Amino acid sequence: MVSFVTEKKQNLNLLSRIASGDGHGENSSYFDGWKAYEENPFHPIDRPDGVIQMGLAENQLCGDVMRKWVLKHPEASICTEQGLNGFSDIAIFQDYHGLPEFRQAVAKFMEKTRNNRVKFDPDRIVMSGGATGAHETVAFCLANPGDGFLVPTPYYPGFDRDLRWRTGVNLVPVTCHSSDGFKITVEALEAAYEKARESNIPVKGLLMTNPSNPLGTTLDRECLKSLVKFTNEKKIHLIADEIYAATTFGQSEFISVAEVIEEIEDCNRDLIHIVYSLSKDMGLPGFRVGIVYSYNDRVVQIARKMSSFGLVSSQTQHLIAKMLSDEDFVDEFIRESKLRLAARHAELTTGLDGLGIGWLKAEAGLFLWMDLRNLLKTATFDSETELWRVIIHQVKLNVSPGGSFHCHEPGWFRVCFANMDHKTMETALERIRVFTSQLEEETKPMASTTMMAKKKKKCWQSNLRLSFNDKRRFDDGFFSPHSPVPPSPLVRAQT
Amino acid sequence: MGISGKNSGAILSKIATNNQHGENSEYFDGWKAYDKDPFHLSRNPNGIIQMGLAENQLCLDLIKDWIKENPEASICTLEGLRQFSDIANFQDYHGLAKFRQAIAHFMGKARGGRVTFDPERVVMSGGATGANETIMFCLADPGDVFLIPSPYYAAFDRDLRWRTGVDIIPIPCSSSNNFRLTVEAVGWAYKKAQESNKKVKGLILTNPSNPLGTMLDKDTLKDLVRFVTKKSIHLVVDEIYAATVFSGDNFVSVAEVVNDVDNSEVNADLIHIVYSLSKDMGLPGFRVGIVYSYNDSVVSCARKMSSFGLVSSQTQLMLASMLSDDRFVENFLMESSRRLGTRHEIFTIGLKKADITCLTSSAGLFVWMDLRHLLRDRNSFESEIELWRIIIHKVKLNVSPGSSFHCTEPGWFRVCFANMDDDTLHVALRRIQDFVSKSNNKTIAKASDKDQVSQNNNAKKQKWRQSNLRLSFRRLYEDGLSSPGIMSPHSPLLRA
Repeated sequence: MVSFVTEKKQNLNLLSRIASGDGHGENSSYFDGWKAYEENPFHPIDRPDGVIQMGLAENQLCGDVMRKWVLKHPEASICTEQGLNGFSDIAIFQDYHGLPEFRQAVAKFMEKTRNNRVKFDPDRIVMSGGATGAHETVAFCLANPGDGFLVPTPYYPGFDRDLRWRTGVNLVPVTCHSSDGFKITVEALEAAYEKARESNIPVKGLLMTNPSNPLGTTLDRECLKSLVKFTNEKKIHLIADEIYAATTFGQSEFISVAEVIEEIEDCNRDLIHIVYSLSKDMGLPGFRVGIVYSYNDRVVQIARKMSSFGLVSSQTQHLIAKMLSDEDFVDEFIRESKLRLAARHAELTTGLDGLGIGWLKAEAGLFLWMDLRNLLKTATFDSETELWRVIIHQVKLNVSPGGSFHCHEPGWFRVCFANMDHKTMETALERIRVFTSQLEEETKPMASTTMMAKKKKKCWQSNLRLSFNDKRRFDDGFFSPHSPVPPSPLVRAQT
Repeated sequence: MGISGKNSGAILSKIATNNQHGENSEYFDGWKAYDKDPFHLSRNPNGIIQMGLAENQLCLDLIKDWIKENPEASICTLEGLRQFSDIANFQDYHGLAKFRQAIAHFMGKARGGRVTFDPERVVMSGGATGANETIMFCLADPGDVFLIPSPYYAAFDRDLRWRTGVDIIPIPCSSSNNFRLTVEAVGWAYKKAQESNKKVKGLILTNPSNPLGTMLDKDTLKDLVRFVTKKSIHLVVDEIYAATVFSGDNFVSVAEVVNDVDNSEVNADLIHIVYSLSKDMGLPGFRVGIVYSYNDSVVSCARKMSSFGLVSSQTQLMLASMLSDDRFVENFLMESSRRLGTRHEIFTIGLKKADITCLTSSAGLFVWMDLRHLLRDRNSFESEIELWRIIIHKVKLNVSPGSSFHCTEPGWFRVCFANMDDDTLHVALRRIQDFVSKSNNKTIAKASDKDQVSQNNNAKKQKWRQSNLRLSFRRLYEDGLSSPGIMSPHSPLLRA
């Protein structure tokens, strides 16, 4: 009698290449912090020493505004007394065009979040399984396995999975530098394009996130125009992920690619596509409302057929349709959201300023791009990872290291601030303050840089509660974030 | 598409341009006709009745009653609002624990409690559509093949193949043995595929069957499980109609067989179930697809992939509450089965009055109707399509021709009966009966210029066809194959 031993190796041989590989991207250290958080999550009363989650770009600041509306509008739900009459029609509705009122409401919302400077056509609104699904769908529509998309770095780590995993498409980084505020330059685009060509990767498009994740910056009109012109000239697609469109606060204004194409003569609109979602702007990631908006009729058609793989629940379509059709509510929500984001952002940045910690000037997004380069032992990603582990396990904040965003330079960290209340923010700042003052105490001013580096090294070792024997490397194959720059001596943190 | 001189067509992917989405298939023509002229009892009583949609609309009242009595299941009610923010923020691809438990529990109950399911193996997907695609991505590489008994659900061509690059090879089942799938047939197809150098990764089947409505018996299932284990290929069973059984034997899930068959004969790592609430509960809009695998790696991989099609957290919560309610679930399953059975009986008895028989079935939301005797040419699919067009445009019923399910014998039609109210069903039956009796009585009339059958053909061809139909009609009489009373010569021609 033969027995079937389920050895993992044998098991894996039964599966597809896609299933057996690492393309899901979850072995990236981006997720290590999450694990630490999940094991010991902060709670002001129950677990005051837990890890504070600052690695999750969520917008939880306006839940009250939304709940108030929901309570006042029971007809928006198919489960209330007032809405139950619509239950059956909604429950059986699986048309991949989506509810017309849903599409209209989303189009209207997209217009409002772009200050009504541009119109969106409800017939171009196509659903997808969150922005995650939208990105994958766009990749399936525009590129073949082996093709590439240019993506400016640093970029959202999820792209590695969403755009590449099941599609077989490559991501070609366009390196951006802190020296010019991580701007996307035409030179960098050309360089990346050339590099791809040399590697025999046919470039099919450029994907940019605007406002940027993780930078929080927005592209100005000139830069946007140059991106449109660059892609038009090369006859490649331009995909604008505008998922953070309504998270701008302060002085900066969000300019959508939709606006810019109106201003460019002879723009080939068949190459322009927008990915959108309600997960960030409205703080509803659980509802899985992803949108593909393309100016290319064929892409709209195909993406719509593909949407069957990830339609928005009709129950949710119905709720969102009602909610976003209420213009007063939408205006109030956007306004309030911006105010609260600005306030929370200011709180964090003021606190960091006081500690002499730098951050990239930006006025959008749900996060800050924090500069901890001067805390690195050496300007390497190994150092960054070490520092990060200290931040998670000692300072007990889950932040995201720049390397996981494919940042070209080590030492940057994305810190999310919109997923917590004021007290938690205070606690987080306090922990940072304690940490930096500890560092301050343990290092004395030194004459020679070499001696200072040695001393710093000693102090690091004494501060580390855990030993980091396993050197996690970001092994991305083609695009390793390991910096070629030789290690430089550390600069002391300032108080 | 706006292709002008300046804005030359942008290059899209092969997937985007290869028509493998299947929507150019005639399967959708009936839908289009229906969309233009949909039946409504009072507003459009002469419109086309939709009988091409396998929906279960018979028990939505039970669900609505439950919702009324359980406001805390919604995040929008007074009672449920406090959960709103937590739920709205919840995007963990494991899904709400309560949701997974409730689904596992429901799946067990829908199989009469004869087997239990592990909530840890319940993985979400974008409807069964997403589930089927996901399982292909997990199990097969582009160019690999899956065997599939035909006739099969038309959209599998898209779901299993389009973006995955996996191919499917049909195992034709025929009326000679009531379309039953045998292990011999599977073995034969497997061998043939191997001989053509195809890499067979697995066998996929829908049980209960769409479009047949039949179920596999336990012994056949066991043999299939043994077969795939011997060959080390996967078995994917789409059990989306599990709870639509309305008569006869119990539904035997492959889960039951995995438990029953000796460990040495079944490699559970090869067994996977696709499920959904779209048919059993009649909730297709909610996009609740489930991948359930006995293979840990597949569970893990499918779960990561579920990010591309998670169930809305709002919907997860509502269903978690509903399906945890044992009393509701038991009553629902019992009542649904009863109503389906009644509907099926009314329909098949009505069809018998028109001398139309269907394949004997005990599950599903449809019947597999035998109209072979109405074909101009029993061996021609062109005849089947002609007949179908008449049914749509003259009898005004949207049914689905067997060829759209890749049936190898012309003349079979899938007709759905659970997506309408009783009145509409009776209208449909009356139309069928009228059509049949009219064509028994009258002489063949020339089709009018406005005959919609001729839309895509020129007049000459149409005349030829009409004369052939006349001939076959006359022939039927002359051959003595039919006589009024036993088997009426049903002419497909009808004066509107």
